[in-house]
Amino acid sequence: MKRITIDPITRLEGHGKIEIFLNDEGEVNNVYFQVPELRGFEKFCEGRPVEELPAITAKICGVCPGCHHMASGKAVDAVFGVEPPPTAKKLRELFYMAHFIHSHTAHFYALAAPDFVLGPHAPAAKRNIVGLIEKVGREIGTEVIKQRRFAQEIQALLGGHQTFVVMNIPGGVRRGLSEMERDDIVEKAKGFVGFAQFSLKIFEDFVLNNKEYVDLIINGPYSLKLHSMGLVDANNKVNFYDGKVRVVDTEGKELCKYSPTEYLDYVAEHVEPWSYLKFPFLKKIGWKGFIDGQASGVYHATPLSRLNVADGMATPLAQIEYERMYNTLGGKPAHVTLAMHWARLIELLYSAERLLELAMDPDITGTELRAKLGAIPGEGVGIVEAQRGTLTHHYWTDEKGIVTKANIIVGTTNNNAAICMSIKKAAQGLIKKGTEVTDGVLNMIEMAFRAYDPCFSCATHSLPGKMPMILEIRSADGELLERIKRG
Amino acid sequence: MEKSNPKLKLAVYWASACGGCCVSVLDVHEKLYDILSAADLVFWPIALDTKYHDVEEMPDKNIDITLFNGAVRNSENEKMARLLREKSKILVAYGSCAHLGGIPGLANFSTKEDILRRIYSECESVINPEGKTPLPEFEVDEGILDIPEFYNDVRALSQVTDVDYFIPGCPPQTERLLEVFNLIVAGAELPPKGSVIGAENKTQCDECIRKRTENKRIKKFYRPWEINDDGVTCFLEQGVLCMGPVTRAGCGYRCIKGNAPCRGCYGPLTGVTDPGAKMMAAIAGVVDEKDPEEIRKILDDVVDPAGLFYRFSLPVSLIRRKIE
Repeated sequence: MKRITIDPITRLEGHGKIEIFLNDEGEVNNVYFQVPELRGFEKFCEGRPVEELPAITAKICGVCPGCHHMASGKAVDAVFGVEPPPTAKKLRELFYMAHFIHSHTAHFYALAAPDFVLGPHAPAAKRNIVGLIEKVGREIGTEVIKQRRFAQEIQALLGGHQTFVVMNIPGGVRRGLSEMERDDIVEKAKGFVGFAQFSLKIFEDFVLNNKEYVDLIINGPYSLKLHSMGLVDANNKVNFYDGKVRVVDTEGKELCKYSPTEYLDYVAEHVEPWSYLKFPFLKKIGWKGFIDGQASGVYHATPLSRLNVADGMATPLAQIEYERMYNTLGGKPAHVTLAMHWARLIELLYSAERLLELAMDPDITGTELRAKLGAIPGEGVGIVEAQRGTLTHHYWTDEKGIVTKANIIVGTTNNNAAICMSIKKAAQGLIKKGTEVTDGVLNMIEMAFRAYDPCFSCATHSLPGKMPMILEIRSADGELLERIKRG
Repeated sequence: MEKSNPKLKLAVYWASACGGCCVSVLDVHEKLYDILSAADLVFWPIALDTKYHDVEEMPDKNIDITLFNGAVRNSENEKMARLLREKSKILVAYGSCAHLGGIPGLANFSTKEDILRRIYSECESVINPEGKTPLPEFEVDEGILDIPEFYNDVRALSQVTDVDYFIPGCPPQTERLLEVFNLIVAGAELPPKGSVIGAENKTQCDECIRKRTENKRIKKFYRPWEINDDGVTCFLEQGVLCMGPVTRAGCGYRCIKGNAPCRGCYGPLTGVTDPGAKMMAAIAGVVDEKDPEEIRKILDDVVDPAGLFYRFSLPVSLIRRKIE
């Protein structure tokens, strides 16, 4: 048996490693995706005053800190048994839309687009944001950087700093918006709507108008039939900040719809000794192993799953794009992994439209920013949609509000089993007996993974230079048989 | 030709980190073009596909500057810290985790066993009847799979290898990074080895944007949600604990601008060995009481003092660990 090790996996949020085992015929026998890191936030949140958790747990991820800040802020509200006043809630959601715009923009341009605009087989040294700018022009590159900067500026305004924000306080927010600040946000939001439409146009020009890519998306080794998870509002439309978690099965039938406080009835986590990252699954189905299909307990929580579970988008322009996507893909739910990129752009447009709505809302400049706290603190759950999946924070405190226990299920963790299977399926589809493992083949295996990973997109591919990757093929006892270098 | 100087070789590596330090590099926004004209990035896992082998194969001191972020939490982090020390002319501990241990350093209040038990057995969503725990080596049907060893203690970079400079902050303020970068590109003389750079040698309080009356004294400490912050007055004078008196300036008062008290991510000033003791003295100084017994009672209102005073610095502090 031969063994291919890729260590570390690069261009991902955090650390990762892939082990591919080939049988004697040179076909893929099995693949392991391992996460080699653990920090243990659940443990060291214990003993901290609960109001410190929105800032502490934001440090779980420096790319989507706003998601943890929001899920934590909502869990803390619940611990104190309060609902923030309307202005505070809307300010949080407004901030959150800017957070999505920063992340989704960076992901599409820095990470996803090079594979399509330049092509999966483009030389590795060109297949990055700089190669992309060379192809589409520096003007567009500068525009992308500017739009992302605007999104960062809105977050910094409301949260003190663009990354580690301090916006939330139990029952509300620490800072309001002046009329002047609001006017500036309205202008930026109008720009974001145009920019999101422009991004969809780029997707159309370079991907949808290219038969080869459409075929790759729909018929390539990139589809998995999984259940879908996502947050929906009262009308079953996509919402990132608030609502209920809806899960639909591989056929699109609703399996459950739960409130944050009920999550333990629906989601559980499996442990494997070869990875530090746990594997969530649907509790009522149970852990059936790394299999896809209707009988599996594995689900995904991604831009595509969010659109799969919803009856539509809550804003008009995004709704048009939503219908268009499903018409092209042949209906709902869609199971083609690469369509996650498309769904992400539709979410970008939704975020921009929603940000504009919120900025124009008369409540947004209100001065009632915090609810009165009365109840003795106890237990609370907060759920939001992070860019890369449903995010759950659950805290227990003593009567003084000191944390006694914390449980956190992070966005990307939801997709751990799905990512393992997607990598395996791509590797099996692409490496056959006698296949020459070229740079393009390696990149196409990576594309299976990349579709899930919006998080570290911000920095990914953003720099020029050689992007070599070394693949070592070893015998089962570790002897180096072959080394393939690309770049 | 204007290119008389060869381009700098720059590396950015994350150990036990969140990625926020890497994002702080990306937040140079349009200035990215300037950086790329002066430097080649040779290793940056978040953005480039350079693998560990490529670094191992580099000659010693091949990289001009490495910005090392993240704490040392496991065997892989330690190995990379030592490797990058060998390969770099200048090794910079970038950000609170590499500088002081950072937020992940709070794990030193617990033991390795406590953490693994909580995460893989006790967490309410875990179903693990066989009691599986991740292992450094595990045999599957196809062979042996390995993952790094999770250490009992979180350490800062300087506790593992020799560090040239420290750039503090969670994350470092991007403007400060650019200042340092521009100085290096201009060939300016660098400060003595071991210096904290990209920050100031005064406290947050020295130039705080909030107002202080100097003579205001308080009788009780409050949690942030127990007061109606006026948005203007010094937090300590409103009775809310703020780490400003013992924290280095340079962050741009970002938490203060967001109406939240400082939590100390820029770390203590040079020469301060125990910020906790110094903070205790600072807060005792604002208490409106002379009787030591009464002072003690007022200070009892301070919840989780260790978790606050050492929020970002437990691994490098004198207490270092949970006191049994």
